[in-house]
Amino acid sequence: MTQLVERLIAGDRRALARAITLVENEEQEAAELVARSSPHGGRAYRIGVTGPPGAGKSSLVTLLAQRFRQLGKERVGVLAVDPTSPFSGGALLGDRVRMTSLTGDPGVFIRSMATRGAFGGLARAAADVLDLLDAWGADPVLVETVGVGQSEVEIASLADTTLLVLSPEAGDGVQAMKAGVMEVADVFAVNKSDRKGADRLVQEIQEALGLGGERPGWRPPVLKTVAAQEGEGIPELVAALQQHQALQEQSGLLLLRRERAARHRIERLVEEGLHRQLRRQLGEEELVALGQRVARRQLGPRDAAAELLGKLLRLPT
Amino acid sequence: MAVHDDARRRWEAQVAQARLRDCDFETVSGAPTPLLATPDDLPPGWPEQVGYPGEYPFTRGPYPTMYRGRLWTMRQFAGFGSAAATNGRFRLLLQQGQTGLSTAFDMPTLMGYDADHELAHGEVGKCGVAISSLQDMERLFADIPLDEVSTSMTINGPAPVIWAMLIAAAEKRGISRRRLKGTTQNDILKEYIAQKEYLFPPRASLRLVTDTVEFAARELPGWHPISISGYHIREAGSTAAQELAFTLADGFAYVEAAIARGLDVDAFAPQLSFFFNAHSDFFEEIAKLRAARRLFARRMRERYGARKPESWRLKTHCQTAGCSLTAQQPLNNIVRTAIQALAGVLGGTQSLHTNSMDETLALPSERAVIVALRTQQIIAHETGVANVVDPLGGSWYVESLTNRMEEEALALITQIEELGGVVAAIEQGFQMREIGRAAMRYQRDLEAGRKVMVGVNRFVEPAEDVPIPLLEIGEEVEQEQVQRLVALRRTRDAAAVARSLARLRQDAANETNVMPALIEAVSSYATLGEIVAALREVYGDYQEPAIF
Amino acid sequence: MSSARPPRPVRILLAKVGLDGHDRGLRIIAGACRDAGFEVIYGGLRQTPRRVVEIALQEDVDAIGVSILSAAHMTVFPEILRLLQEEGLHPRVLLTGGGIIPEKDAIQLTELGVGRLFGPGAPLAEIVQYITDEVGRRRLAGE
Repeated sequence: MTQLVERLIAGDRRALARAITLVENEEQEAAELVARSSPHGGRAYRIGVTGPPGAGKSSLVTLLAQRFRQLGKERVGVLAVDPTSPFSGGALLGDRVRMTSLTGDPGVFIRSMATRGAFGGLARAAADVLDLLDAWGADPVLVETVGVGQSEVEIASLADTTLLVLSPEAGDGVQAMKAGVMEVADVFAVNKSDRKGADRLVQEIQEALGLGGERPGWRPPVLKTVAAQEGEGIPELVAALQQHQALQEQSGLLLLRRERAARHRIERLVEEGLHRQLRRQLGEEELVALGQRVARRQLGPRDAAAELLGKLLRLPT
Repeated sequence: MAVHDDARRRWEAQVAQARLRDCDFETVSGAPTPLLATPDDLPPGWPEQVGYPGEYPFTRGPYPTMYRGRLWTMRQFAGFGSAAATNGRFRLLLQQGQTGLSTAFDMPTLMGYDADHELAHGEVGKCGVAISSLQDMERLFADIPLDEVSTSMTINGPAPVIWAMLIAAAEKRGISRRRLKGTTQNDILKEYIAQKEYLFPPRASLRLVTDTVEFAARELPGWHPISISGYHIREAGSTAAQELAFTLADGFAYVEAAIARGLDVDAFAPQLSFFFNAHSDFFEEIAKLRAARRLFARRMRERYGARKPESWRLKTHCQTAGCSLTAQQPLNNIVRTAIQALAGVLGGTQSLHTNSMDETLALPSERAVIVALRTQQIIAHETGVANVVDPLGGSWYVESLTNRMEEEALALITQIEELGGVVAAIEQGFQMREIGRAAMRYQRDLEAGRKVMVGVNRFVEPAEDVPIPLLEIGEEVEQEQVQRLVALRRTRDAAAVARSLARLRQDAANETNVMPALIEAVSSYATLGEIVAALREVYGDYQEPAIF
Repeated sequence: MSSARPPRPVRILLAKVGLDGHDRGLRIIAGACRDAGFEVIYGGLRQTPRRVVEIALQEDVDAIGVSILSAAHMTVFPEILRLLQEEGLHPRVLLTGGGIIPEKDAIQLTELGVGRLFGPGAPLAEIVQYITDEVGRRRLAGE
């Protein structure tokens, strides 16, 4: 363990890869691993990249990573998340295939993760993995989410800056956007902006932003990008991200945000812990029996749940 | 008719009582097959729809006398090792009665890399002939009368460059380009859909292809600048209807690009050619080819306003289905190929390649490729099918199947149009997703035993001794090719090369037709890799979307 | 109720090495692996041995499946194996794959340390089972 942590903080990629696996699989050593590595982190600025499928997130992330490297960032981390199939438990992690040009760069570490049943479009262990990447020395870390379900909101609780990527063809513009998405993004990128409808989409977003509540000192910019070949609009996008970072750092907002993220994380861990406890304490048969009674209307579902909770928390019923 | 209805009712009553084999009774594409076809399956006025051979809409064939006038071209795909080795195989095949040449290139050449490029290592000469420069092209066709033998070149991304080499090689021997006969496959759209041998992004590639169409219309009247292909789409796992639809859609995209360039449709359309798969489901394949001709003719005349019959006439090459061949019991492949070849002939193909039995194991050996050639010769000279035009015309089954194929294909073509056209559909992954689904469905059917592959999931024999000597390509091929390149770079005029590449970059950048610049560049002995790299500087690279 | 620890899916990298672009087989295997509960890192076309190993390292995969249809297998598989050994990933990471590979070549490669290789027509279920069993075996050996 000590060796692994030492190699990890020294920048060893193999150690990082193994550490991520341990954490993802919740091996016994995972908690200790994160605890021992985390103090060495604290540098990594976390950029969440979200948006509907087909918007070109992966291509954009590739160009962003390249640009950060050009600007002198020594180590950039990329975490690409894809959904686990609820039927088979398997996953097709296909984001990396668009990042081929980054594979040869020793300063970029890319890891693909499956959600493994977590709700919210982010892998359960994502926060821990970000900590490991941080300890390894990555700064910034780009986290690319699945882009469906609640992933936009989920990512906002993990990232320091959230980038929402849209494109003129994917979806019907602002109207179709899910509740909460507009509020969550700090920076907007209209990708594939060489296609028809790009300017109109930019306008729509700006109008929608105008109607929403103001954020202190920050009006989310809407940028146009083309994430193909060398890319267009990338330096401007990176500049916008860095501006947001600077603003948050100077105004103390970053700390507030991380505190909020920490609360959220603690809550989640407590929930997970409770869930695990529930599973450990209560047998399958008990749940099955309760299910039968509820289905036959012998017992209300809330009463059934109260029964289980009571058992778990040893509350008087 | 009362008599007819009674007979039908009696038959249906018997069918209701009958036991059927335990089988899905679907075509290889998964379409349900009727138990019986009758005149009721055909729409009113159908004989007129079918027409006569050699006349719009060409359902029965592009030419009035078809094979009674002239047999299809027997064109076996060949290529391996060095240009000299392939030249030997070419001359052998011509001696054995082959009537046209078809060139297979190695992977580095197909992808625009010279034999000494890092990515070429281990692949030089392995699945086709290695061509890195005009020198190799000259050797490839040494002692072969290019003005008499029609030559097909199966190359896509770098096709314009290889074509330029052929033109230059011919002219060095005093053969005018106007007398050259042949085809470059040069169908870049299907690369994005199926074979993935693309070099540049779709829109730039389409411009390049349009350059070749324009150049051929002006300078090489005997040349087919594109062989619009369904073969690869089918090999990637598509159904017959998808093969038909996506191929024709690609064809129409090329037509539209050329028209947008300002070319008169009748000036270039006669030089377009097609390339379909000849797969295992006998009648489906015959119907597919007949439907292809009719669909193409109608659209060329009605939508694109072509006035010359030559512009409405779809001409095609066929290759028997590689994906149907098995590594187990390879001799069975001779039978598969023969039946598929027969389907191609009954469907009215203009040119045919028959696969060799050992192709699931290696490139064809001499013996195997000769058997494949003999297969065509036996069909042509012993079976009598070549003596009558469209013998299955009028069959209620074949005609109704032809109609069905046309409808299904038209629906898919319309879908592509609604997505914004072929390039837009490609960028959205439409064709790839359709093909992926069909491929997965077929695989599942195969593994469940619903589709049969003799020797693989039924009638299996224990591990056998392979009775056929396999062709092996030695590692010295790469070494020798590299040495030749080194020597070439030493002896050529470096200044001329640099000048010609500069001109090429300029022409590409300001959208001048690049063919003249390509011919100049290859004539100065710039290598394939150097030329493609120069083009890449202007056109860029392409990363395909991750579609599943 | 089910055990507290999450299941540990097989992580496999699937890629094509070399210039050939025919990916029908690879895509089908990717789908089958996903349906079998694997996490498939899809490496795509035109990878090099060096890139394949780099990805395998970063993704900490249990297995690598390489598809080669261009007869370059006697160069590619040994090269990948060599790089895996260099990175300390052999024999923990299973190197398997398929394509047009004559029997005698497959035997030679196995002797070097490459896993089983599958020709055309190999049933998906067999391929998936082999990978599952081999990965299981190597994981146990590693612990």
